[in-house]
Amino acid sequence: MRTTRRLLMGGAAAMPALYVLAPAFAQKPGAKYDDGATDTEIKIGNTNPYSGPASAYGVIGKAIESYWKMVNDQGGINGRKVKFVSLDDGYSPPKTVEMVRQLVEQEKVLALFNTLGTPTNTAIHRYMNQRKVPHLFLATGASKWGKPKEFPWTMGFQPDYHTEAVIYAKHILANVKDPKIAVLMQNDDYGKDYWEGFKDGLGKDINKVVRHVTYEVTDPTVDSQTIQMKDSGANVFFNISIPKFAAQSMRKAAEIGWKPVQYLNNVSAQVSTTMKPAGFENVQNVITAAWLMDPTDKQWDDHAEMKTWREWMAKYNPAGNVQDVNYCYAYAVSFLMHETLKKCGDVLTRENLMKQAANHQKLRVPLALPGITVSTSPTDFYPVQAVRLQRFKGETWELFGEILAAEST
Amino acid sequence: MATTETAAAADAVARQAATAEPPARAAAVKPWVWAVVAVAFVLPLLKFVIPGVISDYRLFVISTMMIAAIAVLGLNLLTGFNGQISLGHGAFYAVGAYTAAVMLDKISWMPDYYFLTIPAAAVMCFVVGYLFGLPALRLEGHYLALATFALALAVPQLLKYKWLEGLTGGVQGVVLLKPSPPFGLPLSEDQWLYYYILVIMVALYFIAFNILRGRNGRAMMAIRDHQMAADTMGIDTAQYKTVTFGISAAYTGIAGALSASAIAYVAPDSFGFFLSISLLIGLVVGGVASLAGSIIGGVFTVLVQNSAQALSKFVKNDLGLPFDLSAYAVYGILLLILMYVMPLGIAGGIVMAWRRLRG
Repeated sequence: MRTTRRLLMGGAAAMPALYVLAPAFAQKPGAKYDDGATDTEIKIGNTNPYSGPASAYGVIGKAIESYWKMVNDQGGINGRKVKFVSLDDGYSPPKTVEMVRQLVEQEKVLALFNTLGTPTNTAIHRYMNQRKVPHLFLATGASKWGKPKEFPWTMGFQPDYHTEAVIYAKHILANVKDPKIAVLMQNDDYGKDYWEGFKDGLGKDINKVVRHVTYEVTDPTVDSQTIQMKDSGANVFFNISIPKFAAQSMRKAAEIGWKPVQYLNNVSAQVSTTMKPAGFENVQNVITAAWLMDPTDKQWDDHAEMKTWREWMAKYNPAGNVQDVNYCYAYAVSFLMHETLKKCGDVLTRENLMKQAANHQKLRVPLALPGITVSTSPTDFYPVQAVRLQRFKGETWELFGEILAAEST
Repeated sequence: MATTETAAAADAVARQAATAEPPARAAAVKPWVWAVVAVAFVLPLLKFVIPGVISDYRLFVISTMMIAAIAVLGLNLLTGFNGQISLGHGAFYAVGAYTAAVMLDKISWMPDYYFLTIPAAAVMCFVVGYLFGLPALRLEGHYLALATFALALAVPQLLKYKWLEGLTGGVQGVVLLKPSPPFGLPLSEDQWLYYYILVIMVALYFIAFNILRGRNGRAMMAIRDHQMAADTMGIDTAQYKTVTFGISAAYTGIAGALSASAIAYVAPDSFGFFLSISLLIGLVVGGVASLAGSIIGGVFTVLVQNSAQALSKFVKNDLGLPFDLSAYAVYGILLLILMYVMPLGIAGGIVMAWRRLRG
């Protein structure tokens, strides 16, 4: 609709009313735009739970906003300022649908970026693909966001839970003699995604799981589940739980004298919120997979990217918690979006944006662990796919082994 | 207690309105109601004339308001007209939505006959509501509120339960298709959805209107005003209360079924406890024991929740005030002001203002 109009109209007043609404200036030669992009601005939309049960994640939306503020202060992207419109969906899927329709149809954003939550993104998955609006780098670890054939407009970001669990299963089979595995699982989509991956990774060795216990996120403790796992005689403990329960279960295991080989999901790998409350003496040699640097981990203190991040925190998030890994996450994912938009040049169409998003080769994303890069292709919609295993030693994690990647199903 | 006072006052207004009305049946529906309905029917067609103003998105928002209005009406029948308090109508909303979603998902020919989900959801919720109403009869006032509260908390958990998971899709929910316009009508999906919901809403309001102005409605209100007296008059209070509970649940269930079609996705996270509370807020803000108030309440629940965030941004960025008010703080302040200025809800407030103006 918006073709290049090199001739300036004599007077806007003479134009029909509709034309007044369209940009009445000459476009940069060679530039092509879809909704949400002009010579001066790129508009991207986002939903985040600023209220409701998942509002702890709201800091991600705020941190992304301050990332774009930094980009704009530095002159924007190819001379265009980024306008980041982030709306509150309270983690409620119907609300997400409403907010996203507002973003796409009223605000006319170029793309959605890092919309948060698995059920919320599921609710808009089909809509985004029907509308052909890019739905990029989602803030969810579910494994269903990388299906370019059925959903060519949706792309995930972080290593998915399924892949991670496959890696643990393979590591257990390769390294533990005669494993008898006990699994503690949070009873929701996140827990089940891990569990499915773990089962896939074990394959025919599924009978090595001798005990599978679950808890609800509303439970006060997981003490009884931990005792049940010990009683099963298991010598491997796969812990699919969020920080509070991860700390409880590891502490309880030590208290009752259960000493299995422990695998902890990455969701709870933060030193400050899990390992410290569990007691450092209780969590020695626990294994987890990671892809992002933990800001409380002292080994990164001298890393250039961590220093840049800390400067950004001090300048743009003075009230933010510098121990909160969500700020690292927001910084890393925003950087990827930033690079993708940069690569689009002056062709800011939705099609080109998807093309560029699916065309990253070994891009280094700040704060990812050394050696981990982003690669995508028209058939590979999983940007970060690699993890490294690390073992808890003393008061921090120690990386070991190679970079591991498993193709997700 | 403030709520009883409010209810009593609302009641007085309603009764005055009722006495001011001639008993003749023909004049029962006021002309302005027809005018509003006519405007509502014409509205989506204006999209062809002024697409910038009447967009698909705006029609969709109005559709969600109508859905909320039906749900609030359901709660109003129970709380406003029958005096039973429910903090758990989100549960019936969820049951209605899941009834529709499971039918659409599991029965292959159902998506072509999606309108059948409405009576199915109504029957399902009536039965659930009626059964829940039976033991609830022993619970009065606050105790009933607590029992329904438990229901609202339990339903999202039950939907995730492993025996039901095959049907409900567990935490992943069920993804559906939007109803498409029949007979090749040149309408967009949103225009069609709007008409679909509007017709059902008008029908449900008409039914409610007829129930309330007749013998049954008077019995319901008599129970609300003084149960013992109603009993003495020969009203079967137990029967009336359970049936009212069932009808109320059916109304809210229909709203849930419509929302499943409109959003085209259901998940346990859609029916959190806040849904029940927002229906109750819609009821109180719109006007207890007022049919028009239910519509206002439905509009309010959607509109104000959406604009609260915009307003909090406006306060921070445009007015430059140093407060970082969360959207919910703004929402709360708006509610407080409204309750203070219009203790009878918006509908009651309009009636009072009209009276005062006329002297």
